[in-house]
Amino acid sequence: MIRVDNLSVSYGAVKALRNVSLQASPGLITAVLGANGAGKTTLLRAISGLVTPQSGNILLGEKSLLRMPTENICRLGLAHVPEGRGVIAELTVEDNLRLGALASKVNLAEGLETQYAQFPALADRRKKYCATLSGGERQMLAMARALIAQPKVLLLDEPSLGLAPLVTSELMKLILQLCESENLTVILVEQNAKSALRIAHNAVVLHLGAVVASGDAKTVADDEDLRRYYLGLVE
Amino acid sequence: MSSFLTSAFMHNIFGGLAQGVIYSLVALSLVIIWQSTHVLNFAQGAMAMLATYIGMTQIDRGIGYWWCLVISVVVGMVFGGVTERVLIRPLYGKPEINPIVVMVGFLGVIEAVATAIWTSTTRNIAAPFSQVFFQSHGNLVYLSPFIIFQVILAVVIMLLVAALFRFTKLGLQLRASALAPEVARLLGVRVNRMLTIGWILSAGVGAIAAVILASGSFGLFPTDMDGVFVAGFIAAAVGGLESPIGAIAGGLLIGLAEQFILAYWSPNVAPLGGIIILVVALMIRPQGIFTRTVGRRV
Repeated sequence: MIRVDNLSVSYGAVKALRNVSLQASPGLITAVLGANGAGKTTLLRAISGLVTPQSGNILLGEKSLLRMPTENICRLGLAHVPEGRGVIAELTVEDNLRLGALASKVNLAEGLETQYAQFPALADRRKKYCATLSGGERQMLAMARALIAQPKVLLLDEPSLGLAPLVTSELMKLILQLCESENLTVILVEQNAKSALRIAHNAVVLHLGAVVASGDAKTVADDEDLRRYYLGLVE
Repeated sequence: MSSFLTSAFMHNIFGGLAQGVIYSLVALSLVIIWQSTHVLNFAQGAMAMLATYIGMTQIDRGIGYWWCLVISVVVGMVFGGVTERVLIRPLYGKPEINPIVVMVGFLGVIEAVATAIWTSTTRNIAAPFSQVFFQSHGNLVYLSPFIIFQVILAVVIMLLVAALFRFTKLGLQLRASALAPEVARLLGVRVNRMLTIGWILSAGVGAIAAVILASGSFGLFPTDMDGVFVAGFIAAAVGGLESPIGAIAGGLLIGLAEQFILAYWSPNVAPLGGIIILVVALMIRPQGIFTRTVGRRV
């Protein structure tokens, strides 16, 4: 379980997050929604230790992640797939996966086996440089690279970005399936509220760095005002 | 065949390659640092020179050549790691000119210190290989056991570096840290440690180049690496700064160019060889001859 308490983050004079609190539990997907600049990415970066919060706390189980180096947070079983997927284009598919397994104690050969079985498209391209992959394949690789370390918590930053609708809906189905089968704690940041709400159990809506609504996904999805003013879901 | 081996042309080929491998090693060391930290280390040659002094003067105490070589490389590596930690680390995130200015200043300091301790007199380091050229039917072949040793040593070092980067976990982490530091950190790579290791490796490769140079007819003196550094830097630039293979090829190319200019024109203009290659390379392929363009998508 991951808990964020009254978290505030500033970039110089700009307040990116103001007293944000949320909770995400194993086996559940928590969607973080909101427009550009709402602070969604900053929230994930703060959890991973890439930005230092001004105040507040982040707990993974009982352990505070505050001021812990990113490299160590990763070792606690937290996988962060960054915006733009973070696939290293100059490395091969397999090298990207090897990199994902490095910090964990999993057996590399078994891990590769599992991921290639899960994502057969990657198995065919294992020796190819990632620069040659399509957007969908890169997203698969980013997921596989995160999963190979057998994390407990999965942070996904805009996984649907730049993907065709069909690919997006398949990806969302996969996220839900993984979350349930691996009992993963998933925090899913999305601008694509419609797709995210379809699979999320809980949702948090951010606006200009503050939480404007949170609750179970169905309630958020059905709230007419939220749909209209924050999620852009009114036709 | 034998007359071919003893011909002036082959003389220049052998001489050019022998000098070229030294440039290649220096270029390779610059590329390793550039790839891991995006710093151009202008003190690379001087640091290697100092390590060579510390290591190779142990011969005076009766320590054998090979041990002195090992000491030079180890001292060089420690020196490289400490330099990164103390001088370079505080400059990450600052304008790119800062580390350049610091390292140019450091170059002056190191050479001054070396001159103060060992004076500027050239020392000759006796390598356990003869510098006498082989003969074929009474004619000289411009290859000596020492030249063969220097080429083999350089090639072995290059292969070791290539294997490290290509096949080991450490190499993968070094590459990832250089290519995408933030992503590497998210995957648990200790990027700061990788930067230090990059400097350590690079300084070790540089020290080998300096030892080879000092062991040959050139000798050891506090500014002996200056010209070599310039040639190595040009070699790295011609190769595109990113490519180890480009650096090695660039070094050999400049070694050959200098040798041929020296033979067919004048020794005084030999250093021009590198400059001419640099100008031509920058005109044809400004991104570097061996740089692979990779599609990056966001």
